Amino acid sequence: MTTAREHELPAVAAPRVGVPWTLVALAVLLGAVLVGLVVGPVPISAGDIARSALSRLPFLDVSSPLDAAQSAIVWELRFPRVVLGGLVGGMLALAGASYQGVFRNPLADPYLLGVAAGAGLGATLVIVNGTSGDGADLLLPLASFAGGVAAVVAAYLIGRSVGGGRTTATLILAGVTVAAFFTAVQTFVQQRRTDTLNEVYTWLLGGLTTAGWRDVVTILPYVVVSATVLLLHRRTLDVMAVGDEEARSLGIDVTRVRLLIVAAATLGTAAAVAVSGLIAFVGIVVPHLVRLVVSSSYRVIMPLSLIVGAAFLVLADVIARTILSPAELPIGVVTAFIGAPFFALVLRTTRSGA
Amino acid sequence: MSVVALDSVSVAAGGKTIVDGVSLEVERGEWVSVLGPNGAGKTTLLRVLAGTIGFRGEARLEGRSLGRLRRRDVARLVAVVPQTPVVPAAMTVAEYVLLGRTPHLSPLAQEGAEDRAAAAAALARLELEELAERELGSLSGGELQRAVIGRALAQQAPILLLDEPTTALDIGHQQQVLELVDELRREEGLTVVAAMHELTLASQYGDRIVLVNGGRIVAEGAPAEVLTAERLEALYGARVRIVGEGRELVVVPVRPR
Repeated sequence: MTTAREHELPAVAAPRVGVPWTLVALAVLLGAVLVGLVVGPVPISAGDIARSALSRLPFLDVSSPLDAAQSAIVWELRFPRVVLGGLVGGMLALAGASYQGVFRNPLADPYLLGVAAGAGLGATLVIVNGTSGDGADLLLPLASFAGGVAAVVAAYLIGRSVGGGRTTATLILAGVTVAAFFTAVQTFVQQRRTDTLNEVYTWLLGGLTTAGWRDVVTILPYVVVSATVLLLHRRTLDVMAVGDEEARSLGIDVTRVRLLIVAAATLGTAAAVAVSGLIAFVGIVVPHLVRLVVSSSYRVIMPLSLIVGAAFLVLADVIARTILSPAELPIGVVTAFIGAPFFALVLRTTRSGA
Repeated sequence: MSVVALDSVSVAAGGKTIVDGVSLEVERGEWVSVLGPNGAGKTTLLRVLAGTIGFRGEARLEGRSLGRLRRRDVARLVAVVPQTPVVPAAMTVAEYVLLGRTPHLSPLAQEGAEDRAAAAAALARLELEELAERELGSLSGGELQRAVIGRALAQQAPILLLDEPTTALDIGHQQQVLELVDELRREEGLTVVAAMHELTLASQYGDRIVLVNGGRIVAEGAPAEVLTAERLEALYGARVRIVGEGRELVVVPVRPR
């Protein structure tokens, strides 16, 4: 039995991603994955790919219609590239959303605290100092990962020494400072060796060209750990929307939580950057797209950014590798070229009535 | 036992002493108004009680040493209505009030049925039902202030801190908000510590007035004892006349001729 008093109480629900939006996002991702598998110089139909996929499952009596070469193209070239694109895109979008939340700054992106500049320096050092040999393609991601993490640690330490870790503005300024310094060193190193300029620029603009299962395996643990930590803090980010002082008075240890979220987002971003170079725009456009279209709650923005970011980058990569085929366009060019006008359109439609 | 007990509490920042050896006890269910000129240390004193600023000396909430309490435990004892709340414009009133449940949730958990019920009760108590789905950015000043108090109420803390709760409100809404807080105090048994700007309103609502200046308590007692023309002149550099008596004091500025 409920009393009359209970009937009067308003229904209160915490924000969450509803079933419709989850289905829409997953459908978009599935579509992107299919496009990523089907599109390429060698025509292979979606139906054949589906049957080939089923034939790999145990206990199903389906024979693959693909010959060995086709099978290798789909499962050893296209699929790992699609998966890598999904991991990188999802990670960058989620990290961007996290930075925007934790710094309460709509312009924050995954590279805010200098990950990009640090990773760029690490990668440039490896490229300039010779790329021949088997160890080189392992060294490049490792160096860019280390450079990215080092830059953010430097930014954090500088920011903390100045502002006691209390104000976000000092931390962001420290990030800008560190990024400027690392970029200067990177440019210096790069300009001394004109013969490797092209390679450095190609890396800086981003791409999934070297993708294979090994890249996927390399970054998977980092992405899983980072994404898990960030997603678990989705409600905390909603609380932090009321500012540091009020979040503290609501029981949040703001300094510790900010450090944890920055660390997780940095780890994931550095891993993504290590295998894909600097892919611009995903980390800022995707979270804002979700924010404008669905909800401003981080409990909605974070999971949806992960899925939509993955789909966005998979599709961007399809364009990057087909439009100038057999040459490849740097994927960062595609994300900005497609992303910017699309975002402008969304901004116009959602804000024009407000 | 005092709900709030400060013993020689000092706060220094940037080489400047903001709160200087304050000792204060507040009884359960009492309303203490903290008054003083701009920069007297009112807000900092409240921040000490909210556990959001470091201090020297000893502070106890419900008999427990503030320095030893975890942040969440402090937030279960003390709810704060800030002077100028940070307002996430696109958040709905219901979502905002639900944030008050944060100290009752384990760190990474989402709200459960009990939390939703507490938030619903707070919304109903503040007559915010109609506004529950409205975005904070679309509210008027008075509505927003009710939403902020609703969040504090959902926190279910026995101590309520208000930092100049009537700033930016017109006289009607000032009265409404203070009446509401007083009702909550009586009905929910809350203890209220409020930094106040408006002397006349402070005399009407506070059981006790604590007058601070330069980080020290300079006078303390019933409104009629504390609010004298001489003292206000010395403290604020203002020329005033006190009209009325008891709980009906009016502080009238006198224009120098």
